[in-house]
Amino acid sequence: MNSTEPAILEVRDLVTHYPVRRSLADAVRGRPRRSAHAVDGISFDLRAGELLALVGESGCGKTTTAQSLLRMVEPTSGTIRLDGRDITHLSQRRLRPLRRTMQLVYQDPYESLDPRFRARQTVAEPMLVHGIGSRRADRRGLVDELLERVGLTPPELYADRYPHEMSGGQRQRLAIAASLVLSPRLLVTDEPVSMLDVSVRAGVLELLDGLRRESAMAVLMITHDLSTAAHFADEIAVMYFGRIVERGPARELVRNPRHPYTKALLSVVPARDPRRRAVPRILQGEAPDPANVPTGCRFASRCPSVTDACRLVDPALDDVSGSPGHEVACIRSEELASDSAGKVVTT
Amino acid sequence: MSMLDVVDLEVWFDLPGGGELHAVQGVDLAVERGDRLGLVGESGCGKTTVMMAMMGLLPSNATVSGQVLLDGVDILAHGERSVRSHRWVDLAMVFQGAMNAFNPVQRIGRQIREPMELHRTASGAAARRRTNELLEMVGMPVSAADRYPHELSGGMRQRAALAMALACEPRVLFADEPTTALDVMVQAQILQQLGQLVDELGLALVLVTHDLPVVAAVCDRATVMYAGRIAEQATMDALFHDPRHPYTRLLFASTPDLYGEEPVVSIPGSPPRLDRPLTGCPFAARCPHAFDPCREQQPALATLAAGHLAACHLNTRAGVTA
Amino acid sequence: MRIVRERPAATVGAVLLALFVLMAVFAQWLMPYDPHQQVGPVFGTPSTAHPLGLDDGGYDVLSLIIQGGRISMEVGFAATVVAIVLGGGVGILSGYFGGATDTVLMRITDYFLVIPDIPLMIIIAAVWGPSLGHIVLVIGMLLWTGTARVIRSQVKSVRERVYVQRARSLGASHTRIILRHVLPQVAPLLVANTVLTIAVAIFDETALAFLGLSDPTAITWGTMIEHAFDRTAVSAGAWWAVVPPGVAVSLVIMACSLLGQAIEDATNPRLRVAHLSIRGFRIRPVRPARAEA
Repeated sequence: MNSTEPAILEVRDLVTHYPVRRSLADAVRGRPRRSAHAVDGISFDLRAGELLALVGESGCGKTTTAQSLLRMVEPTSGTIRLDGRDITHLSQRRLRPLRRTMQLVYQDPYESLDPRFRARQTVAEPMLVHGIGSRRADRRGLVDELLERVGLTPPELYADRYPHEMSGGQRQRLAIAASLVLSPRLLVTDEPVSMLDVSVRAGVLELLDGLRRESAMAVLMITHDLSTAAHFADEIAVMYFGRIVERGPARELVRNPRHPYTKALLSVVPARDPRRRAVPRILQGEAPDPANVPTGCRFASRCPSVTDACRLVDPALDDVSGSPGHEVACIRSEELASDSAGKVVTT
Repeated sequence: MSMLDVVDLEVWFDLPGGGELHAVQGVDLAVERGDRLGLVGESGCGKTTVMMAMMGLLPSNATVSGQVLLDGVDILAHGERSVRSHRWVDLAMVFQGAMNAFNPVQRIGRQIREPMELHRTASGAAARRRTNELLEMVGMPVSAADRYPHELSGGMRQRAALAMALACEPRVLFADEPTTALDVMVQAQILQQLGQLVDELGLALVLVTHDLPVVAAVCDRATVMYAGRIAEQATMDALFHDPRHPYTRLLFASTPDLYGEEPVVSIPGSPPRLDRPLTGCPFAARCPHAFDPCREQQPALATLAAGHLAACHLNTRAGVTA
Repeated sequence: MRIVRERPAATVGAVLLALFVLMAVFAQWLMPYDPHQQVGPVFGTPSTAHPLGLDDGGYDVLSLIIQGGRISMEVGFAATVVAIVLGGGVGILSGYFGGATDTVLMRITDYFLVIPDIPLMIIIAAVWGPSLGHIVLVIGMLLWTGTARVIRSQVKSVRERVYVQRARSLGASHTRIILRHVLPQVAPLLVANTVLTIAVAIFDETALAFLGLSDPTAITWGTMIEHAFDRTAVSAGAWWAVVPPGVAVSLVIMACSLLGQAIEDATNPRLRVAHLSIRGFRIRPVRPARAEA
């Protein structure tokens, strides 16, 4: 990627906290209101035609990040720039016309389409909202063109169907068509294929892949599936507990992970080939309570390579030497570079 | 004769508008003590229906034919009634999405005790002791018995569901997508636990899932189902390295692999409708190798090598392999 | 239509209600006599000429029932429109916007909910004076709370549906989301509520009229019963002056309840799953060819 090109999306120090409900007992005792640090200071850029995968376990803040970027959830602090324009504090009313430049594809195509809308209406709705194609015939033509573009061909066959008359893969294609109508600059996809059958997943992902290449759209893909990210993303950013702990080119990150969390995560992804088993590093327990942020490294409580220093220093993302574009937030990443976890063993 | 044999199982569902959906079309399975069998396929292929039929848990709009032999005795002979006495005692299951498998207003401990009391395997203090034992077995603190389902995380609930399934010391454990809703790390924990328990208790495990890598991680053998039939059955190793049905090969090719170099493919088209009769191979319309016989005659499930079965005409055509 | 097929009770309700509506619409042509004219002796017994007999003024009871039904149902329907528009509006706004809007609207709803209906109706009808218009307003203003509550909770869940959020992320305005995505989803519930409200409105109208708070010059089922009691129909043994309007009111209420309940059941998926039990799948004999093997 050409890094001199201006980014479509620039995120700096994005923080989103959710207030946590106090129990009545706590309120009576006068304990302070707490907040869950869903997203706690993340920064990244996304350029035209680029596909960034944000991976992590549930509760790590990846979905909140997406929702905050699109201002579906109000960020607590930080800045979000879309095409150079700061949208962090725009009112929802002023944001509405800008929504056509950033679109979201939801995880569950069984839920994200209005069951009472035919395919044609679903695709035409964004046009009506943003006043594109004033004449019915124009809209009709555009709808057909889009259905064709997402592989629902011939469009006449699908245009008058209701969602329940379509398969999961077809529905997700339809949802993608509806977000493409507005020729967005940024497409955020939240687990776009996890609800679909394996055999059609690749088709939907290839569609996204092709679209971002031909229309120079930036794509942010939220996923928990590292294998998918490894195959389709240019870059992967691994999130843990509201932070990006490692980021780098997809292939590089998968083959040379530097953060102990990334290593553990990669080591437990099951492989297709029964002869090839990674040495699994199963972390015990689950991600900590986001309302209780520890001092020091957030991963310290589960880290197999933890030292006393880790509990004191909150590490920042730093470049990995000798690996351009690869950043990691771990004070021991250099010493642990040769750690074998996650390395593949073929039997 | 194996411990558990399924012979020519067929299941039809009545459709609301009249007509029938032939969900399972002549499935044979054999499960031996200590086996780890994967039942794989996409949604609608009949894998869950096969399992539910074996457990006698089909809804009232279902019609079943065929035999489910446990130690040679047909437990399906008198329908739900005759399965009931074996359910949970001989055959138990871990449900998909453990949240729905629990009663939200009862404590976990009581729900684990319930099958023991129902089948009179233990009661009172003995049942309590057994509950604690089970919780420890699945890696949960004993205190979890006093929790309500919503107080547990997804992984913990899945463990509790496992404990519940093991309550009456079954011989066969069915697990239906036990890790689908879980994160990879929690999935790894559960799969490790599951494998360990199956070994320790000498259970037979039938893992029903669409996720091939999960099967590869846990099972030795798998049955690939397509459109209500068995497409291929073999060891996991043979299925991956020497698939004899194009569907199996494509299913692997459509699953992204962390270190895989080859592009991930998708299978064009969609499975055939099962509410109307089918001629030829059900996969023919999506198969890149389909030739004339595929469209005319339904391929029989043939034994190609010891323990390797496939239903594909390509195997009988000289010199061609899938 | 599916509802009618699956639930015979709904069919009974729908047919009954349709008959009453048709009766009200074609009252002009159906009435055998002019309901404002004495056509026979006071408390004349039922006969072939007067199937339901005559009342205290010598009016034909059947004609009065038909004419009274027309007005009773007009009042009931009009009051329902007031209640549904108010209740549906409050419910949708409250459920969709939530937050402060919800709190304020729901406090107002609670306020109306705890007012004892009948005493307030009596007071308002007494203060404003007896008139059918007032009756419509009074009943309408008291019946909207239930609808508002039910619609609000439904809207609250629809609002969280992903496709509604997707519309929001597209940049759709609130008006558009409400009209295109939320309203169609709650419409069946609104219909069910309307039908159920009609029953209550007609009942309330009858009650108010019976208490002498309706327009005394208008013929309604309520005023018929009131007149019958006032003018000693009961002590005269003229049951035919009291029973027919009572039965008519009961039938309409029953029809509305049957239909409304059926629509509500059919639109509430939580009430629908129960009939798929896990018991009793059928066994088909093993096919002979394979059984021998």
